[in-house]
Order: sequence, then structure tokens, then C-alpha cells
Amino acid sequence: LVGGGAMSGGTRLENANPVIFQRSGERQLTASEEDDDVHDPIDDREIFDILSINDPEHPLSLEELNVVEQVRVKVDDAGSTVGVEFTPTIPHCSMATLIGLSIKVKLLRSLPDRFKIDVHITPGTHASEDAVNKQLADKERVAAALENSSLLEVVNQCLSTRSV
Amino acid sequence: MYLLSTHKDPELFLWSRLNEFLCTLHIILHFRLSLTSSQPHTRARGVQLLSEVLQECYGDLTEREVEVLIAFYENRLKDHYVITPPVLRGLKALTKCTVLPPGSAVSMLRSLFQDVHVQSLMLAERACVYNMLINLMETREAELKGLGADFVFGFVQSMDGERDPRNLLLAFQIAKTIISRGYDLGKFTEELFEVTSCYFPIDFTPPPNDPHGITKEDLIQMLRAVLTGTPKFAEFLLPLIIEKLDSDVQSAKLDSLQTLTVCVSQYEHKDLAEFLEGLWVSIRREVFQTSSERIESACLAALTALTSCLSRSVLSSESEDCLSTFLDLVLKDCKHHLSEPDLKLVWPSAKLLQASCSASIRASHVITASVMPNIVEQYNSRTQVKDDRSCKVIAFIGMTCIVQRSFVNYDAVLNETIMRLLLTEDDDRVCLAVVECAGALAELHPVVFITKMIPGLKTEIFSVRQRCLSALAAVSVHPSVVQESTPVLLEVLMRVFHLLFSGSVNFLVEEVVLACRSLQRIAEQVQDTEETGRCFHEVIIPRLLGLTLQAALQDEGSSGHRSPLVEEAVLSAMVPVISTSCSRLQPQLAEQTASRATSLFLNGDVSFLPDNSFPSHIQLLKQQGSTWRQSQMVCLLMGCVHCRNELLSELEEMSCTCTHTLSYTSAAKCFAGLINKSLQGALVLQVFNLRPSSRYSIVFFNPQVAKALLVRYHPLSTTLTDKLFSLLDNTDLGSMAADGFSLLMSDSADVLNRACHADVRIMYRQRFFSENSAKLVQGFNAAPQEKKPNYLKALSNIVNKLPKQVQVTELPALLSLLLEALSCPDGGVQLSTLSCLEPVLADPPAALIQQLEALVSRLLALTSSPAMDVRIASLRCIHALSRFPVHEVLPFRAQVLRALARPLDDKKRLVRNEAVQARGEWYDGSC
Repeated sequence: LVGGGAMSGGTRLENANPVIFQRSGERQLTASEEDDDVHDPIDDREIFDILSINDPEHPLSLEELNVVEQVRVKVDDAGSTVGVEFTPTIPHCSMATLIGLSIKVKLLRSLPDRFKIDVHITPGTHASEDAVNKQLADKERVAAALENSSLLEVVNQCLSTRSV
Repeated sequence: MYLLSTHKDPELFLWSRLNEFLCTLHIILHFRLSLTSSQPHTRARGVQLLSEVLQECYGDLTEREVEVLIAFYENRLKDHYVITPPVLRGLKALTKCTVLPPGSAVSMLRSLFQDVHVQSLMLAERACVYNMLINLMETREAELKGLGADFVFGFVQSMDGERDPRNLLLAFQIAKTIISRGYDLGKFTEELFEVTSCYFPIDFTPPPNDPHGITKEDLIQMLRAVLTGTPKFAEFLLPLIIEKLDSDVQSAKLDSLQTLTVCVSQYEHKDLAEFLEGLWVSIRREVFQTSSERIESACLAALTALTSCLSRSVLSSESEDCLSTFLDLVLKDCKHHLSEPDLKLVWPSAKLLQASCSASIRASHVITASVMPNIVEQYNSRTQVKDDRSCKVIAFIGMTCIVQRSFVNYDAVLNETIMRLLLTEDDDRVCLAVVECAGALAELHPVVFITKMIPGLKTEIFSVRQRCLSALAAVSVHPSVVQESTPVLLEVLMRVFHLLFSGSVNFLVEEVVLACRSLQRIAEQVQDTEETGRCFHEVIIPRLLGLTLQAALQDEGSSGHRSPLVEEAVLSAMVPVISTSCSRLQPQLAEQTASRATSLFLNGDVSFLPDNSFPSHIQLLKQQGSTWRQSQMVCLLMGCVHCRNELLSELEEMSCTCTHTLSYTSAAKCFAGLINKSLQGALVLQVFNLRPSSRYSIVFFNPQVAKALLVRYHPLSTTLTDKLFSLLDNTDLGSMAADGFSLLMSDSADVLNRACHADVRIMYRQRFFSENSAKLVQGFNAAPQEKKPNYLKALSNIVNKLPKQVQVTELPALLSLLLEALSCPDGGVQLSTLSCLEPVLADPPAALIQQLEALVSRLLALTSSPAMDVRIASLRCIHALSRFPVHEVLPFRAQVLRALARPLDDKKRLVRNEAVQARGEWYDGSC
């Protein structure tokens, strides 16, 4: 699924000096969220907050790199579907598949089973968009990729919230 | 051979001496052989042995022996290089001798500097040299100073090129001593500076597992002490600082600024003169451009230090005034930013001005005189602009200069401006600054405030109440101002009272509360003079009591409007007014107030109240029907009371029979306060027998009294707490008794605290816990199943209030009980147990790991609790579990991940967030 290049990318970064975007700040706590009796539906922002994960190349979150934006996250709680479009920092980013996979794994771990999760590249932002989208949509390939323990380690590293 | 021929005498002498403390023939033989060997390594071993011996026994040597040894060693320095290390060790031992013959220190150092190239030695030997210097500097300062600049030169040569942090600390210490003890630097000032300043700014990261524990901060502090130690370095240090301020490395900038701040405190203006402009340009650039708050505040501190250094300068008739030259520079670069339409640099400029202002009275005078009129004018001419930040700047700078007490020109215009700011400003920061500013001004200019500000506020008080009330409180520090401001506040309260009859209750309860708070604040800050004491004890407190009594009596008949003065919030706000005045102002008058209040409540004595139109037989402590309006007034007694036995029994009666919450809780608190303070607590208790427990007494009265005794370590407290423990088995009252423990352990806001002069000993909670935890465990084990929750509740109430450190150490013993508590159906117990557990999980004791299985299953069960708080707290605990050692948690991983799938779909977002984090960590921690 992902070539060895993803991990052994060497010491040189593909995009060493990316444009950094401001983080959107903490979600404001509302009174209804503190009320035990009110049902809070899962919304776009909540999914977006789940995705504030690290870029494999940079010590920055995907949000700060504008890889994931809140407007490109769509969730339908009642219909149990989630769609996420992500934008690689450069059109030839070899990490695109890894980023997509990380997003997908993060959502698989963080959402209830009932959700159907669709992760793909924002149209027109990557050279091999279709190939990557196809890989990400293929359940078996995703499952197989997660069997690969060294790949899983990289994914976990991306998802880790612990400071190293 | 060489050795024998030239040093026969000293050696022979040595043998005879060493014979005395070295009895082993073997050593001596070895000695003789080795010291005379032709092999340098063998000789080195011999010297080594001698040095080691000396290290043990340098204290026993006589002056003559030391002289001989030194001569020997000095000579050995000329020998083969392998012999140098042991020689240095021997010399080091000798430098510790108290009987060092005069002149030997100098000769030792001369040969050292001459024959040894320190930096080609190994690390330990270099340290040896530094230690020699340190020892000699301690004991032979005069002799070393006799060496003149040669000593400094020798030292500079020895440390030049030193790399090791341990040795650097020693070398810096020597350099610092050279500077601080006034050794002659001669023409080597620059060399000494160079050899130390080449390390500036320090860049050092200790290796991991560094056994020496030297931190970057140690080195920075030591080096800074050297560099800033003498004004002689000024001409070298200041250019260096200006250069390093250009650096891109944040820590270098910070270090430079801090060094600058320290060094200018030693300098005089002539040391600074030629670098002022450069320094100012660098500081200004940093403040205008930096995004780092630390750098900014370091810059401002440096600027303040610089200005205050210049302010210290003594002017001669023809010299130019450095301070005003410098301030002109500052003003030139900052002032125009304040009035520019582009507001970007307003704040940085204001901060720079404020920093230089705060340095000295002279500086603030120059700056305020130049800046203030403009800003005031600007503010007054542009108030319609909503986003006008000049008002913020005025508040900001104004505050500083006023705090500096230099602002003498307090005129009508400024008064008008401050007044407007007080009443209209929305920005919280500015509000605070202006209120503080007004407070400081009022202390300096009471007359202006009495004639202008207070009448102004008084006319506005019914339109912008809150602002006026807090402003009045802020300006009332000077007694004469208080005389004028408190009547305004009282008038507010009286108007509330009278408005009631006109039917338009304009004042909200919060505003009456605010008026009381203002009075309280005044009582807290006013100077304690007889004048203010009378004002509070003879005017304000009687007025407060009178008004509330009137409100309580009048409400009786009319059922229409309810006066704010009978509201609990208002009464509770009055209590601190009374208690603060009683504890702070004029003890004799306070005594009088207390006795008056007591007789008012006990005997219905209303003679001291103003507007006396009260019925003659008031019985405030006797409950008649549902007259809670009167009975609740007992809470005012919390502020001031005299202990009388009949009062105690009235209070007890009230707290055990009254059904109105505020009344019985206040009565119980008063009672507890009296018991706590009364010296004859024991006597009192004999009079009082616990009534057959009524509901109220258990919920509040008994724990309150127990607490009064517990906090002063009174032995009788045990009787009461034991009673409470025994009630845990009671079917009806057990649960309430368990709640009583929460009261017993929590901080008391009103009566039983140190501010109210209660007798509170430290660590009474720990004491109570250690004395009673065993009782709880026993009781729990013995209790029938349906009573166990009461014990768990009591336990969690007690443990929850213990300081965290105590919790962590005590919990392992109570672990099984706490695990039990997790499965107790009471949500409150679950929650408080979880909150006890969470900090313990961060550093789990072994006992906990043994019980991991039980813990995991109970925590997972709680994630589906009906209460959101419990679900969140349990998920946090599960999250914390993921950080346990991997081999311990791995067996539970599948179970936990499966169980956490359900809270991912919780109806509450906050719960889902915790679940997402916890589940992520459980995946993460074990790949």
C-alpha cells in the first residue's frame, strides 16, 4: 500500500518550510453540553477536533498545516456517515497515503462502529489523487496495511498525543 | 640519583616525620625505593603515595615540615610530566594547612604558573589547580594580593580554554572572588574579561543521567556574577550585550537582558554613557518586534534598571544630565506612537514609557510631564471614537506615575477624565487600572477627592450604580475620604429601604450586596484610626442592624413587596462588614459593638440603633410561628458576639429546633464559633448535653460543634465525632451523618477560620484522618450490608478533603474500601472516590497494581453510569490506567478497547471527548 519511502524518507524533508495556519482554539463549552439530559449530536467540529493529529513530517498538527479544515469535514450523525477531505501540503507529497491512513485509523478508533468513514484527498490538490483515494477506500488494503507492524508504528506515532 | 643528591636533607627529614604516622615498614621501604627510582613512573607512584598520605594528615604538620614539603613539591614540578598530577594533589593538600609559612603561597603559585601548563593537564588535575587557588584565596588573601597583577595573569592563563562545566564553575568562582575581593587587575582587566566572557551566553545541555547535576542555570548565574561584578568591565560588557541582543537565539537574548539588568545596578552613569543609545535601540527593537512575553518583560526590566542607574547619577555643574538625555531618546521614539492613528505600537510604547517611569521619581516626573497632558487632551477630544486606545494608555501610564507618587498636578481636567473612565470604560484591564489609580490618587489628594470626586460619584450613583459603588470603595483609604464616602453608601441602603414603600424597588438585590461589599472593602483597607473606628462602630454597624431589623419587622405585616434587606444574599454580605470592622478597627469599640449586638439579640436592647422606633419587646432568638425574617437575623451575630451562657443555650435551642435553613445554620455557626474561642470550652460542654438527635442537629449542628472543637485539638471533639460515627449505622440518619463528615473536613468560609480569629490548628484534617481511619474500616467491616454505603460515603467525604500528598500516601491502606466505594450505588460517593483515585493513578502504588483487575472492571462499569460527571471521571481514570507499565495493562487491553466503544457513542459530547482520548491512549500505549 505505502512504499517503504514513506518511512525511510531520509533526513531531508520534502516540504521543510510549510505555511503554518493558526489553530482555531478550544471549542467553547455551552450550557447545554453540561446538562446531563440534553443529547449532543456528533457534529463537524467534534470530528475536526478528533483529527488534530500530528503530521509525520512536521512537529505541527494537521490543522496548523491546513491539511484538515473544518469546512472539509462532513458528518451525518443520524445517517452514521463521516466524510473527510484532506489537502496534502504539496501536490507531490509522498506522505499523502500515510496521512490519509492516519486520519482513517484515528476515526476508526474514535467513532462508534455504526459510522461509515470516507477519507479522500481534496479534489485537485494531489498529483496521484485517484490512486491514493482508491487505496484509502479499499477496506482490505487498509486492514492489511494495519497488519504491518512497522507501518502501524508510524501511524501510531502520528496519532500519539504523548510528548516524546 | 638526581633525587638523592639534591634532596637528601628534606627527604631524610620526611622519613623521620612519616615514621611517626606510618608504622608500616613496607610502605616506608616502598617509598624510599620509589622516590629515588630512575623510572619517572615509579617516582610518580612514590609521590602519589606521599600525596595521599598528606591528604589524610595535612592538619598534623608543623610549619617547618610544610616548608620542606613545599620545597620538595615545587622542585618536583620541574620533574617529568607524569609526576605533575600527584604533585598537584600533594600541593592541594598542603594549601589546606593552617600553618602555611609566610611567603610559601606566593612561591607555590609562582612555580605553578611558571612550570605547569594547566590546560594541558587532565580534567581532575585542572580541578586540583583551581581548588588550590580557591584554598589559598580563602586563607592567604593578603599574600596573593602582594603578587599584584601577576596573580590575575597566572589565573587567566590557567583557565584559558577550559571546557569542562565542573571546572568552569570553579574557575568562575575564582574570577568572582578576584573581582569581589578587589585583587589588582592591573593591565589584565580585558584579559580577565575575555577569558570569562567567551562563554557568554552560556550554551550547555547537561548529558542525560548527568551525575554531577550541574545545570545551565548554575553556569549562567556564576558567569553573570563574574561579568557583572565590576564596573571595570563595563566598556567590554556593554558592547557584548548589544551584540548578543542581535542574536537569533531566544535564550541568548534573554540571558543578555538579564545580565544587563544585573550589571547596571553596579554601574554609574559614566560607565553607561557611550552605550546608552545602542542599548536603547536594541531594547526598543525587541519590545516592538518580539512575540515572546519573556523577552518583553526582560527588556522592560532592563530598561527600568538602566533608567534607575541613570537616576542615581550625581550631577556636577558642567556635566550633562545623562538621565534627561536618555529619557529624551525614549520619549522621542515612543511618544509619537501614542497619538498615531495606527494603534499598532501604542501598547509597546506605553509599556516602554511605563518601565522607564517606574524606575525613579525623577524619571516618572520627566515622562509624565511630557506625556500626560497630551494623552489627557487626546482622550477628552476623541471620546466618541469607540475603539480609542489612548484611554487605556492613560490609565496604564497614569497608574504607574501615581503609584510612584510623583504626579503632583492633579487638576480638574484629570479629575474629570478619571471620573469618566471610572464610569464608562468597558475594558476590564483599564477599569482595574483606573480604579487602582483613583485609589492611589485619593490617598495623595484626599481634599480634591472629597470636594470633587465624591460629590460627582454621588450624583451619578443612581444612574451607573455598580461602577460608582466600586469606585467609592476604591478611593476610600484615607480616613477623611471614608468619612465622606460611607454616608453615600449608607444612603443607598436607606433608599432601598424607603423605596420599598413607594412601590418601585429600583435596586436589585445584587446592588445592595455590592454596596455591602464596598463597605467591607473599605473596612479592609482603611487606616485604623479612632475616627474611622467610630465611623464604622457607631454609625455604620448600628445603621445596618437597624435597617435589617426594621425590614424584618415591617415585612411581618405587609405581604406585598419583599425588601431586599431580608434576602439571604444581602444578610450574608453584611456579615463580613461587621466581622471585618470588629477584627480590624479599634478593639475597644469592637468590644462595645459586640456587647451591644449580643444584648440586642438576647435582651431586645434597641437603644443604640438609629431612628429608634422599634417595639420594646423584641425577641430575635425566640422563634414565633414562621417568623424566619427575624430569626434569620441571627446570622449577623456571626460578625460580632460576646460569649454568654444564656446566649449559648438560646443558640443551641434555635439550631436544633428552627426549620428555616439560614436561621439554624447561622445559629449553629455562631454557637460553634463561640465554643471554639471560649477558653472554658469544657465547662460549656458540661452545661450542654446533646439533645436526642433531631434531623437538624445531625445535619448541621453536631458536626459544626464537633468541628469547632476538632480544629483546636480539643479532646472533647472525639466524643462528638464518635457519636457521628455511631450514627452511620442508623437507618434514617446514617446518610445525613455521612454528609456531616464533609462539613467537618471542609474549610469554613465564615466563622471557623483564622480570619475570624478562630483557634484553628494546622493539619487538623490529617490528624482526624489518622486517628479515625481505622474506626471507619472497622465500622465498615462490621456493618450490615445495607449500611455499608454510609461508611463509604463518610470515607469519601473525609478522604476527598485531605491534601493530595496525604491522599497519595494514605490511599494504599484504604484501597479495598475505595474499590468497594466504586461499586456503591450513590453517585456522589462514586464521584468523590473517582476524584480521589485519579491523582493516585498517576504514580500507582504496588498495592493498586495487584488489584488492577477489580479496578478495571469497576471503572468500566461506571462508564455507563447515568450521571455524566461519573462517566467523565471514570473515563479519566481509565485514561490514566493506560500509562501503567505495559506488561501490567496488556492483558486488559482488548477488554478495555471493547468496553470503550460504547462511550464513544455517548449522548454527551464531553463524555465522548474523554472516551476518544482514553481509547486513543489504550491503542497507542501498546503497539
